[in-house]
Amino acid sequence: MSDLAWIEAALTSARPQALGALLRYFRNLDTAEEAFQNACLRALKSWPQNGPPRDAAAWLIMVGRNVAIDDIRKTSRHAPLPEDAAEISDLDDAEDQLAERLDGSHYRDDILRLLFICCHPQLPATQQIALALRIVSGLSVKQIARAFLVSDAAMEQRITRAKSAIAKAEVPFETPGAPERAERLAAVAAMIYLIFNEGYSAGGDSADVRAPLCEEAIRLARLLLKLFPAEPEIMGLAALLLLQHARSAARFDAAGALVLLDEQDRSHWNGAMIAEGLALIDKAMRHRRTGAYQIQAAIAALHARAAEPEDTDWLQIDLLYGSLEILQPSPVVTLNRSVAVSKVRGAQAALDMIAPLAERLSNYFHFFGVQGAYLMQLGRNDDARISFNRAIALAHTSAEAAHIRMHLDRLMEESKSGCRMG
Amino acid sequence: MLYAILCYHDEAVTGAWSKDEDDAVMARLAVVHGRLAVQGRLGPVARLLPTTAATTLRKDDPPIVLDGPFAETKEQLLGFYVVQAVSLDDALSIARELGEANPGGAYEIRPIGTFHGNTVTP
Repeated sequence: MSDLAWIEAALTSARPQALGALLRYFRNLDTAEEAFQNACLRALKSWPQNGPPRDAAAWLIMVGRNVAIDDIRKTSRHAPLPEDAAEISDLDDAEDQLAERLDGSHYRDDILRLLFICCHPQLPATQQIALALRIVSGLSVKQIARAFLVSDAAMEQRITRAKSAIAKAEVPFETPGAPERAERLAAVAAMIYLIFNEGYSAGGDSADVRAPLCEEAIRLARLLLKLFPAEPEIMGLAALLLLQHARSAARFDAAGALVLLDEQDRSHWNGAMIAEGLALIDKAMRHRRTGAYQIQAAIAALHARAAEPEDTDWLQIDLLYGSLEILQPSPVVTLNRSVAVSKVRGAQAALDMIAPLAERLSNYFHFFGVQGAYLMQLGRNDDARISFNRAIALAHTSAEAAHIRMHLDRLMEESKSGCRMG
Repeated sequence: MLYAILCYHDEAVTGAWSKDEDDAVMARLAVVHGRLAVQGRLGPVARLLPTTAATTLRKDDPPIVLDGPFAETKEQLLGFYVVQAVSLDDALSIARELGEANPGGAYEIRPIGTFHGNTVTP
């Protein structure tokens, strides 16, 4: 690996901790980002010559802080400095001291705070995600714009808006107590899940450009788990993302159409990700503190453990969805449960189960796709066709539409051959 | 004699490698592995999953199960090799070869006392 690639990986991995500490110090996101940028520029100059520092994050914090303080001094002679701003001249000694202090309690809350300000409740979800990818992950505006399929200018504006909303909002800088920390953790976990879904729900035609969102979400989930190694829900979140992303290479066919779980080539599933996901869900279960991510991960784990589709433990999946319905009641959960029910008790039972959802899911693509599939299984082809047509009208991606069209074609074939026979 | 080569690196750094970078490192390592295997000097090779997937059993009385790796360190044990080498110098030269293919971090070269052959497969 070239010097540059190594340094870039080191800067990326140090970013959340360094930026989090600089934010705590300057209490201003723009100043902290600028300080971090300057420190990175110096690292690119200094590290190839002097070798990498023992603690990259501590080095970046120290240098970023000193440069920013210099700048503040230059621009305004009398501006008050942040407290404890004594410039530290001997970097080596200081690095050791600082590293020691950072290894203590601060950095965990620094990183959590950095993530948490991105999911401020005043920000719409799309802004939260964009901001987290820009600030925490350090993706460029161009990269994020590409992943969201919008222009650079539109993304730039979205991020600027989000930042100014945050600048006006109250950002909590004091060390959180246990209940606040748990709340922050839940909000951050939800945001990471959103980032993942942005990438995961992409269609075949845009799956390649959006896959980095899934990888970034997994990286953030692992980071969060490293900070909170004994939180079963964070294990569940990481496991869920890994187990779902493990199937990504098998989810679309060559033409970009969606391939359902039953029909996927399981040899294309990523074994290392599945192993890691299964290990994490095993660990989480030992805590006996259930939660929505753990249940969803457990469902994904049952799919991952089945070597062939017919080995799937649908009865267990039905039970797990039952627990999820109690914990997090939603028509979409019930719709998903109905798939397990159709395998265990047949299409009619599944159809009965989703009938009460019709009104609430009247604009939901998957409702009509699933309903059409059950009707088709029951031989009610005309009703199935109506459902599939509604699904196509509601499809968000061309892959979704292509998948439904395949069903319609199959119905058409059946009715043609039926006519001929008749 | 047999040596273990224990691979340490900051997993946040290796985790920040792009897939292409990761693939490139693995491809370069495969060349070295191949050379060692032909010479009959390569034993089991393992790349470990992230430390977040680790669990530690503290053998107290009663034993306690802890989430995470045994030690919280700046660089983590991310994998290991077992190699056949005639001397420490020889083992070091193997480690240097591996290190050229996969720079960054550190290798601990540790002579093996007892070794039971590999009877398990993944």
